[in-house]
Amino acid sequence: MAENPSKLSTKHLLGIKDLSTEDIQLILETADNFKDVLQRPIKKVPSLRDITIANIFFENSTRTKLSFELAEKRLSADTISFAASSSSVSKGETLIDTVNNILAMKVDMVVMRHPHAGAGVFLSKHVNAQIINAGDGAHEHPTQALLDAFSIREKYGDVRGKKVAIIGDILHSRVALSNILCLQKLGAEVMVCGPTTLIPKYIGSLGVKIEHNLLKALNWCDVANMLRIQLERQDIKYFPSLREYSMMYGLNKQILDSLDKEITIMHPGPINRGVEITSDVADSKQAIILDQVENGVAVRMAVLYLLANSKY
Amino acid sequence: METLTLLDGQKFQITIQRLCHQLIENHNTFSDTVLIGIQPRGIYLADRIHQELKQIQPHTELQAGNLDITFFRDDFRTNKDFPAASTTAINFIVEDKNVILVDDVLWTGRTIRAALDALLAFGRPRKVELLVLVDRRFSRQLPIEPNYIGIEVDSVDSQKVVVSWKETDQQDCVTLLLDK
Repeated sequence: MAENPSKLSTKHLLGIKDLSTEDIQLILETADNFKDVLQRPIKKVPSLRDITIANIFFENSTRTKLSFELAEKRLSADTISFAASSSSVSKGETLIDTVNNILAMKVDMVVMRHPHAGAGVFLSKHVNAQIINAGDGAHEHPTQALLDAFSIREKYGDVRGKKVAIIGDILHSRVALSNILCLQKLGAEVMVCGPTTLIPKYIGSLGVKIEHNLLKALNWCDVANMLRIQLERQDIKYFPSLREYSMMYGLNKQILDSLDKEITIMHPGPINRGVEITSDVADSKQAIILDQVENGVAVRMAVLYLLANSKY
Repeated sequence: METLTLLDGQKFQITIQRLCHQLIENHNTFSDTVLIGIQPRGIYLADRIHQELKQIQPHTELQAGNLDITFFRDDFRTNKDFPAASTTAINFIVEDKNVILVDDVLWTGRTIRAALDALLAFGRPRKVELLVLVDRRFSRQLPIEPNYIGIEVDSVDSQKVVVSWKETDQQDCVTLLLDK
């Protein structure tokens, strides 16, 4: 790792946990170059023309899937996409069988989203391909954290020393864990904020601040990352009603204007307008939500490009 | 490591000036010509040529830029010492322009092939020429030949040619490392 600064130390991207600070810096710096490529009249480079990538999504996705597909195409890779809902998985095929069948068609990399935590790690031990985790259950979503860090770095010049509050459903969020790990490795301070029931019990052991009052959290931070309430993962009631949640933890223009400083608003999407964030805030100048999406392609290009190089 | 100095001091300066005069001979006022240095090491030569041209012809309005070819290389994943990407800075369209590609050392020709590929993202040039400070003859792997040459060097694969610049390495010189 240290001997070659232009190579990643890992073969797979399973989570931010496995990445060193140097790895993250390298990804962000490479993403700078790809962002530059994406501004050109011809937005394509031939780097991965000998690589085939399978996008396997066992869970719904709009942004991540499109962003990965576009990143792969911009790098000239061959891609196949696969949605579990329209496949033989519903006929009872196991994960390893499904992936090995795809690999039998000579695939080099697998981008996978799966509803269960650790699915990527499991796969990386049993199949012969590079695995990129595009979200596994409530565990990690590394490329989202990388593009969030990239967007903060783009806005402020550096992530070090910045105060980032992650607000909302921390318990069911893979974005939260990956963001905490990534931002801390880059030297930022992180706070989580939400109702007690949606904050994991021992999250303090990660070295993050915990706050249950939205206004206090907003007054503390430079960047507020608003998370969606993941109703599809909630098997029991964690709060009385969405309306009450939105009154206690929803971000609106009034609260934002009452702060004595201008903070940056982020959201990994999909937005539930009127629940965790109101429309006027989501569409305001302080929100960099669409910049995050734009940066997502460049960051994913950097990840794919660097992983293809780390294989040898 | 044994080294041999091939070019330095006043001779180095004369070589740069000769290259500039050859460019002026062919491109006159440079109204339709752009100068593009290839990252990472070609940009110093491109910069020097640009400065020198301005001295010789103060009214020259030559557009210059840097081109990074990392993502267009064909030795991606086979080269152990893979270089990190640099920035591309081309703030003009090369459509229908005469492009002078500038690099310090021409060896196998693969960098230039990648540069030709990378260049196409900025338009279709009318003509592309190649200017190099050092031409390592007889080691080409592709049919690529320079239009303007500083010095020609006959060397074998195990040797290495290094161009140093005042800006980064204290002095202008071309050295041959006899044992890599």
